[in-house]
Amino acid sequence: MPIVLLRIDERLIHGQVVIGWGNHVRPDRYVVVDDELASSEWEQDLYRLGAGGAEVLFVTVAEAREGLTEWRAVPTRSILLTRDVATMRRLAEGGLLEGESVNVGGVHHRADRDELLTYVHMTDAERRDLEAIAAEGAQVAARDLPDAHRVSLSSLLGSRWKSSS
Amino acid sequence: MSDAVRIRGIVVGHGDMARGLVDAVRRIAGEAGAGLTAVSNEGKGPDALRAALDAATGEGPAVVFVDLESGSCGIAASYACRAKEGRAVVCGVNLPMLLDFVFHSDLPLEELVARVVERGRSAIRAAAVRG
Repeated sequence: MPIVLLRIDERLIHGQVVIGWGNHVRPDRYVVVDDELASSEWEQDLYRLGAGGAEVLFVTVAEAREGLTEWRAVPTRSILLTRDVATMRRLAEGGLLEGESVNVGGVHHRADRDELLTYVHMTDAERRDLEAIAAEGAQVAARDLPDAHRVSLSSLLGSRWKSSS
Repeated sequence: MSDAVRIRGIVVGHGDMARGLVDAVRRIAGEAGAGLTAVSNEGKGPDALRAALDAATGEGPAVVFVDLESGSCGIAASYACRAKEGRAVVCGVNLPMLLDFVFHSDLPLEELVARVVERGRSAIRAAAVRG
């Protein structure tokens, strides 16, 4: 239970995560997995403002893959965040997230994305990455807030989606 | 009002908050409220929100008013104003500070920011509490 939420959310540490999910899962720590942010101190300072006093770690994917075992073992309750699907897929490679639930939060409108839900927009590559995360043994579902309807991966992608397309 | 350069005000917030505040200012202050622009984070990812703020702030001096310091709006405002002269971010926006802003937006930036922060802060008080 020490990793209390694994979430893909472009906005990372923001109101829905800190207030909505934070009051539900009561984290002690946020772990932001992002190769770029891990080396950008001024951007880290911005995101730390939103953490409400909780500890915030910024780590690369490689560091996160090494840290997962420890974060699961300690009593400290962590929310682990990536701001894109590809980063979560890289984290999941080799079955590292097997048995975990991966929450899809905000992935917003962009010209090359299709709207799947009001808060989830995906390119074909991102849809394939979600399938890859599921193929690694994680349960992938969309839900912006804890009391919102949980949308399974199959429902999210829809019956017309073919990964080979 | 003087002929000095007026500082633009941009209000950015969650959902309809910014639009509601700007609408309230215009209803109370009339034409003076024209110097305010509302930006919502609704449906926007970080890049889109930053682009919307960049477009709203333009090139001149501007104050970006944010509902929450932390989170998507505060972070986008900080990005938009970073490394640009004549920019300020004010967090915890409320109606009294915006009303003060639109009537004093010809003041120098630092003086204006200090003034509106104090106005917004002083407007928060408990009234008629009956336990």
